[in-house]
Amino acid sequence: MTTPSTAPLLQLRGINKSFGAVQVLHDVDFAAHAGEVTALVGDNGAGKSTLIKCIGGIYPIDSGAVLFDGAPVTVQSPRHAADLGIEIVYQDLALCDNLDIVQNMFLGREHKRYGMLDEPSMEHLATTTLAGLSVRTVKSVRQKVASLSGGQRQTVAIAKAVLWNSKVVILDEPTAALGVAQTRQVLDLVRRLADNGLAVVLISHNLNDVFEVADRISALYLGRSPATVRTSDVTHGQVVELITTGRYAAVANGAQS
Amino acid sequence: MTAETTVTETPADRGTGAVGVYVRDYLGRLRGGDIGSLPAVGGLLVLCILFAVLRPSFFSALNFANLFTQGAAVAVIAMGLVFVLLLGEIDLSAGFASGVCAAVMAVLMAEHGAPWPIGLLAAILTGTVIGTVLGYLVAKVGIPSFVVTLAAFLAFQGAVLVIIGEGGNVGVHEPVLVAIANGNLPVPLGWAVYVLGVLAFAGVLLADRRVRRRGGLPVEPVGVLGARIATVAVVTGAAVYVLNLERAVNPAFRSLKGVPIVVPVILVLLILGTVLLNRTSYGRHLYATGGNAEAARRAGIPIDRIRISAFMLCSTLAAIGGIIAASRANSVDPNAGGSNTLLYAVGAAVIGGTSLFGGKGRLRDAILGGAVVAVIDNGMGLLGYSAGVKFIVTGSVLLVAAGVDALSRRRAAATGRG
Ligand SMILES: Nc1ncnc2c1ncn2[C@@H]1O[C@H](COP(=O)(O)OP(=O)(O)OP(=O)(O)O)[C@@H](O)[C@H]1O
Ligand SMILES: [Mg+2]
Repeated sequence: MTTPSTAPLLQLRGINKSFGAVQVLHDVDFAAHAGEVTALVGDNGAGKSTLIKCIGGIYPIDSGAVLFDGAPVTVQSPRHAADLGIEIVYQDLALCDNLDIVQNMFLGREHKRYGMLDEPSMEHLATTTLAGLSVRTVKSVRQKVASLSGGQRQTVAIAKAVLWNSKVVILDEPTAALGVAQTRQVLDLVRRLADNGLAVVLISHNLNDVFEVADRISALYLGRSPATVRTSDVTHGQVVELITTGRYAAVANGAQS
Repeated sequence: MTAETTVTETPADRGTGAVGVYVRDYLGRLRGGDIGSLPAVGGLLVLCILFAVLRPSFFSALNFANLFTQGAAVAVIAMGLVFVLLLGEIDLSAGFASGVCAAVMAVLMAEHGAPWPIGLLAAILTGTVIGTVLGYLVAKVGIPSFVVTLAAFLAFQGAVLVIIGEGGNVGVHEPVLVAIANGNLPVPLGWAVYVLGVLAFAGVLLADRRVRRRGGLPVEPVGVLGARIATVAVVTGAAVYVLNLERAVNPAFRSLKGVPIVVPVILVLLILGTVLLNRTSYGRHLYATGGNAEAARRAGIPIDRIRISAFMLCSTLAAIGGIIAASRANSVDPNAGGSNTLLYAVGAAVIGGTSLFGGKGRLRDAILGGAVVAVIDNGMGLLGYSAGVKFIVTGSVLLVAAGVDALSRRRAAATGRG
């Protein structure tokens, strides 16, 4: 892989977040680097989705710092996050079945000419974006999203996220509902995004997927961030230990599983 | 999907056999449950042939013109309902809202001496205000639209009674207003409007095609485009021809011919509404909100405002429908907008192909469905059936239409087309 840039594109420091009396995130540190896939792992309820919702401007943070490209920012709304170049693909995708691919990709940010929708320019850009992601299985960009397979829908959601010259793309369990071939398709896409220079954050419970595409692995354990490791430095077993106990034994002999 | 073609390749590209491919694509969509307005068009044809055979006077020029003036008010209210139905909501009060608005207009003019433009404006504004309140209660307060508009249904029925006065009847005699539903365009003007309309339609289709082609995007085969323009030109041309025939029983006494003025009125509303729905981001956001409100919200669409605006448009169009009804009756009575008005309007929208589940439907569906309702009402009347039988038949047709909608959804789900 390319040598990682030294300064992370997105950095979180000491993030705290409570819902009422329940503190969900405790002093969480997290970083995503351009050109890399950073996996965010942790058991159910560890706080992964909460963390990315804080990044995406859905929840305000109680304390801590968010740095984007080195500068501190306060993300106020989903639109603000998008304006910064942060796009999030939520697990439930949020596509409109009754609209076609182009209409979904540009939803809320339509191109206009003389106040009217500029369909040709949107269709053109959607087509080139999908082609740029090497998506070959979509018959027509004017297909209703309802007629797409799970993997194709996932692809459209990701394409929607990369359409806007975004710099950070966060994917919350993008392969959870997918079959083998479709998972393959999405993982390839994730890798390609990072290779194109984006900072990609991948939330996944599937360690095989994580080991396949991620450059770094960040773990969350009961709302704390015990460690971030380079994928090449750890074994499967160590990551499992990290997820379940928040600690991991150093690999003395450097053996890889 | 199974087909493994690249995005840039297009099924409906230029070259030989393009029309064939296009037709095959279309049939494929039909089989997939994407039937659009086909049942309504088919039903309309069958009904027309049936009534024409049973009662030849059905196709007389006089009756043909009557169909338009009889169906106009319901069709306009139905167009308004499409906006609300697209969100998966309902407005049960649209019928009586039209009555309230017409009553406001009639009373302002008859009892307060307001000039007709003021009366007209007041009626339309009343509709907009009604819609804003309904929309606010649904979107911001969160009461289901079924309940809000059911309450409004009752309240507006009362409001008409209060405004008009029990047993009363307020006349509408202003010539301009009476002409809306009773006047006709002069024959040459009818043809001029026709020619301009067809040219504009063809112009828009061709301009769209040129822009797409220049951008290297797939375009419809010329044959299909030509067929569409030709169909519209022939069908509307035939209608204008028949409407321009003399239809007075005694033309020497008083000649009666020309396209009814309601036709261009409806046409203008249809075009404006269709542009709004299909060519502006507002329309796109309305469909999105109806299809998946959460997705729309995450895309930054103000879904509450979209909801309120849909009810505003619905009640405003209901007001226009009420004005047309008042014009046709030359008066507003305490039952204005009552009895079958709302049911016919909802029926028209649904029969035309608007889904009750939200997210699917077009304004022209309302006109098409309105035509079906008007033809049943008119044709059965000619055959001498009572109002009771007409209601039973119209109700059954509505049920069939809603069934077709539900079945096509199931079919779409089964073939993965939603
Ligand atoms: N809106 C909320 N109000 C109160 N508590 C919440 C809220 N959202 C999340 N939580 C709590 O925060 C904790 C972390 O939840 P979160 O959804 O971030 O976990 P997760 O790591 O994404 O888990 P999973 O792998 O199951 O998706 C859970 O204990 C959850 O109950
Ligand atoms: Mg989660």
